[in-house]
Amino acid sequence: MFRTIGIRNLFLAPFCIWAGIFIFVPLLFMFYYGLTTPAGNFTFENILMIFQTEFFYSLKMSVLLAFISTAVCLLLAYPLCLILVDRAKSAGAIITLLFILPLWMNSLLSTMAWQTILERDGTLNQILRLLSLPDFTLINTATAIVIGMVYNYLPYMVLPLYVALTKIDKSIIEAAKDLGANTWQTFYKIILPLSLPGAVSGITMVFIPALTTFAISALLGGGRILLIGNVIEQEFTFEYNWNLGAALSIVLMIFIVVNMALTVFFENSHEEEKN
Amino acid sequence: MKGKKLFKFVLSVLLTAAFCLNLTGCGSDSSKKENSLYVYSWGDYIDPKVLDMFEKETGIHVILDEFDTNENMYPRVYEGAVHYDIICPSDYMIQKMIANNLLQPLDFEKIPNAKKNIDAKFFEQSKEFDPENKYSVPYCWGTVGIMYDSTVVDEPVDSWNILWNEKYKDKILMQDSARDSLMIPLKLMGRSMNETDQKYLEQARDMLIKQKPLVQAYVIDEAKDKLISGESTMGVIFSGEALMISLANPKMKFSVPKEGTNFWIDSWVITKDAENVDNAHKFINFMCRPDIALINFDFLGYSTPIEALKDMEENEEIRNSPIAFPDPEVYKNQETYKYLGNEMDKIYNRLWMQVKVD
Repeated sequence: MFRTIGIRNLFLAPFCIWAGIFIFVPLLFMFYYGLTTPAGNFTFENILMIFQTEFFYSLKMSVLLAFISTAVCLLLAYPLCLILVDRAKSAGAIITLLFILPLWMNSLLSTMAWQTILERDGTLNQILRLLSLPDFTLINTATAIVIGMVYNYLPYMVLPLYVALTKIDKSIIEAAKDLGANTWQTFYKIILPLSLPGAVSGITMVFIPALTTFAISALLGGGRILLIGNVIEQEFTFEYNWNLGAALSIVLMIFIVVNMALTVFFENSHEEEKN
Repeated sequence: MKGKKLFKFVLSVLLTAAFCLNLTGCGSDSSKKENSLYVYSWGDYIDPKVLDMFEKETGIHVILDEFDTNENMYPRVYEGAVHYDIICPSDYMIQKMIANNLLQPLDFEKIPNAKKNIDAKFFEQSKEFDPENKYSVPYCWGTVGIMYDSTVVDEPVDSWNILWNEKYKDKILMQDSARDSLMIPLKLMGRSMNETDQKYLEQARDMLIKQKPLVQAYVIDEAKDKLISGESTMGVIFSGEALMISLANPKMKFSVPKEGTNFWIDSWVITKDAENVDNAHKFINFMCRPDIALINFDFLGYSTPIEALKDMEENEEIRNSPIAFPDPEVYKNQETYKYLGNEMDKIYNRLWMQVKVD
């Protein structure tokens, strides 16, 4: 029925219009603003502003914190998923559901809850005091931001990893054991390579939002730590310098594109290995 | 080929349809504009009751939009994406809007309540940003000071210096805004808060960088909650919020440092391209009525320039509050922010960013 090209394209049209209006045109605008002066003349100046100390610092800080929280997410999610896969199907599903549960709550709310936990007189310190342990002030530090990022983005790491691990054919693992591989060898030679695509997409799904966030750093950083997302937000809303804001977004996009290119590269090399 | 043509056809049909819908949307909207008034004001700055009363008395329907900083408001008005008849910006922003030809002179004949009820000294202070008192009518005013926990702070709080005291490390709140932050070291150095000499501005920045290890957080709206809960021992705060904090947590006291502070005024102005100029004047006149000002004051807690208000306030605690009705000495010889030009704005913002990333 859909064999005629015309009809098929007709069904494709809504997507093309959507992509055009909401993805392509805004991107064009962003590049236009990023590469022009307020008067509309072409310039690279805005892009080069990233090398100014303040901007460069915030970019460095963003990359660093995004990297740390991605690593923490991976380290937390991997053992968890391995355990989940071993469980009976129903139990695994329930535990996975519990891990996705935070996504049902508005992320702004849960981040504000972290504020209350980490505050000077917050929940954490009250528990510590109850146990006669010394106070532990985390709020308004880089650590607090990393905690917020890990909490918010962990589900995005758990899901693809879990899916990748459940897809591994149990018989392959049995075969490895039959052939004399010990647990470590089975993990290293079989499970790890086969779950790599899941890990890679998990890394992308955590790294990119962590890199661009401005809400988490604003709420848990107390304005003392400026991430590139906060700088861009400020340029757009407060200083009304759209050209600079767009240019910084383009710089940020370079990092995202590199990250995604690595993902594709990993997936391709994995496919080849399979063949 | 055929498919491509069809695709193009469908695309153009859909786009045309969307465009037409958009046009008719605008058309039906403009007919509703009669006898209405588009107001653009700070969030929670008017008691909703007052708007109902205004509509009942005059039949003018008020459409209220809110902004949270002057800087957020400005581009929307400048771009003209939405037409507002009447806005309530702060001092330096009014000066900027006058300079950029966005406002129209008011007809004070139509606002008899303004000169009658508003204390003359507020018009006098307004001259700092509206030299001929032509464009603005004061609505709220206040100062910036230090709010502190009187059970913890045992020395007198009368100078900005206390914000550099090591004893209160990690317990000090600062305002997250370039002008409000740099104002403090500038005043400590005995300079104007409208300083334009880069040498002094850089010194002010260095003082803030030196203070940063002691600062708990740079905040705007969260300051109120943190001071009420006692999470912070002291913080830089606007006098209007100080009143609410002291009512919620009586341990908190407010002090205006002796080096001087920002005497700010938020005023009503009418935009150049206002479509309901008469209604806008009626609205300002209405807001200047003491009974209306009292309703707003009880809702908002920010000091108003209406003279008669103090005697009308029924809540004794508020009536006797030095925060709500300060000693006239407090606002003598205080400065008000001026618009320093685009270039200077950029320098202030850049210096502030250098503090934040240090």
